[in-house]
Amino acid sequence: MWRSLDAVREWLSERTRSQFAWSLRTTPGVRFGGTVVCLLAVVAVFGPLVSPYDPTAQVLEARFEGPSLAHPLGTDALGRDVATRIVHGARVSLALAVAATAVRVVIGTTIGLLAGYVGGLVDTALMRLVDIQLAFPGLVLALVIAGVLGPSLRNVMIALSVVGWASYARVVRGNVLEVKDRPFVEAARLYGTPQRRIARRHLLPNVVNPVVVLATMNLGTIVLTAAGLSFLGLGAQPPTPEWGTMIAGGRDYLRSAPWIVTAPGIAIMATVIGFNVLGDGLRDVLDPDHLGERERGRS
Amino acid sequence: MLRALLSRLGSLTVVIAGVSLITYGLIYLTPGDPAHTILHERRGSSPSESEVAMFRAEHGLDEPFVIQYIEWLTGIFRGDLGTSYASSEPVTTLLLQYLPNTVELALAAMAVSLALSIPVGVVSAVHRDTWIDRTSQFAALLGISMPNFWLGYLLILLFALHLGLTPTSGSGTLAHLLLPAITLGTGLAAIVTRIVRTSMLEVLEEEYVDTARSKGVSERLVVYKHALRNALIPVVTIVGLQFGFVLNGAVVVEVVFQRPGLGTLLVDAVFARDYPIVQGVVLVTAVAFVITNQLVDLAYVALDPRIERGEHA
Repeated sequence: MWRSLDAVREWLSERTRSQFAWSLRTTPGVRFGGTVVCLLAVVAVFGPLVSPYDPTAQVLEARFEGPSLAHPLGTDALGRDVATRIVHGARVSLALAVAATAVRVVIGTTIGLLAGYVGGLVDTALMRLVDIQLAFPGLVLALVIAGVLGPSLRNVMIALSVVGWASYARVVRGNVLEVKDRPFVEAARLYGTPQRRIARRHLLPNVVNPVVVLATMNLGTIVLTAAGLSFLGLGAQPPTPEWGTMIAGGRDYLRSAPWIVTAPGIAIMATVIGFNVLGDGLRDVLDPDHLGERERGRS
Repeated sequence: MLRALLSRLGSLTVVIAGVSLITYGLIYLTPGDPAHTILHERRGSSPSESEVAMFRAEHGLDEPFVIQYIEWLTGIFRGDLGTSYASSEPVTTLLLQYLPNTVELALAAMAVSLALSIPVGVVSAVHRDTWIDRTSQFAALLGISMPNFWLGYLLILLFALHLGLTPTSGSGTLAHLLLPAITLGTGLAAIVTRIVRTSMLEVLEEEYVDTARSKGVSERLVVYKHALRNALIPVVTIVGLQFGFVLNGAVVVEVVFQRPGLGTLLVDAVFARDYPIVQGVVLVTAVAFVITNQLVDLAYVALDPRIERGEHA
């Protein structure tokens, strides 16, 4: 009897899964955004292997060369190939964004689960902590943390990890509050399921979708903020090829060699567009009620 | 109503207290001892014991953390945020000196963004799913995804360097304000355009709009008088909530245009490890941000009678 019910359940979930995959593939935002993001990932992983130039070696006789066949995006003030540096920069930006987002998701989800499920004083205390975190304009706080720790790429990553988790905590808590008194959770509790198992098996799956949507959008925001911090001189230090640092390095030659500034900006924009469009598309599929909506753009 | 207001005030106090504690505690993220690190970085060589001790005594860093924090906190109520390590000027004086420039930039950017976003959002909604709508939606996506410091340099390149219409940097005149305001306003406009469009689409489907139409009110009047007025309610709150976005952006934009303001003050102080200034700027921006958010919430309740006056989750 049980066995056959399980089989039915499996068949159902198999069916919804394929339906789900279909709706993912046919949503234009997911297709376009996903393609951009995949292309970027390919560039970040394989690009540096293809480029004939060294991203940091100075070639003084090749300074300020305009775009040409040899240097499709020109060279910078130290004769380095701009295109090569952008390709290497994709590695830096994507790795940083993924790492910082992962930390945010883990901290935020844990706090949100605890607050929502335990409730009471724990909830009040954690939510005050969230309010305090949201009280700081994100870039200002990240700038100060990175600056005090000392300018480096690693410290920007730390700063961006500890700054943006509050939005996840809010979304997760809201979802947990919604499902925690539903019959299936109640049943699990009456059945004597341990708390940790309830949290993992019954609550967590219900918060995955809004968290995935929020994280996708967040990847774009982090790329932007990290580039901004590096531009200010707090992140990647020269000669590391990083998009924000490249723009800062080219600003003195804006009139004579505009490509040094324009090209990395386009790379940043393309990346952020990819994540934004993908996030919008994923939201339409995964989070049709827009549960994560309130938290967009907060960090 | 009064009780809700009081409980809100209570949690606001807790948040601001937490903000001040974190703001003050930030300097202890300094690798090693702050006094030692500051002196070392300032001179490029290791300071002697007595120099470090002198610096600590001079700036009250020799007290235990709790005492330092309480002294700083009580100072705030007297309008005293300490003095700059570098110039010995009172932080309050510096803040008051730089604040007006940042406020000017923020207001100008908000004006630019509303002037762009309201018409574009409305036209986009009225011509839903046409090429007009798609173009403006794409423009909004570009605006959201563009690094504002980069946009700043593009504008400098075009308007200042090639056309010679505006100065490249500095502050003081309207010409100096123009490019920074557009730079900062564009990102904001992109966000607000989306909100105006969504809000307008929702309102246009309301019954009272149909009623107005069926009564023979002209389409133009329906859109601009009946619909737009109601559609702008959520827009007000979103614009208010974007205050943090504006503050974030102002930091970078001020650096691009070398405008003296809270942003440039903060960035310079961070690099110089001039902590009293850093703490002052962070505290002021965070408190301003928290209070604006609260006011926006209240304004939302006041503007829209349909909203329950309870605690929201």
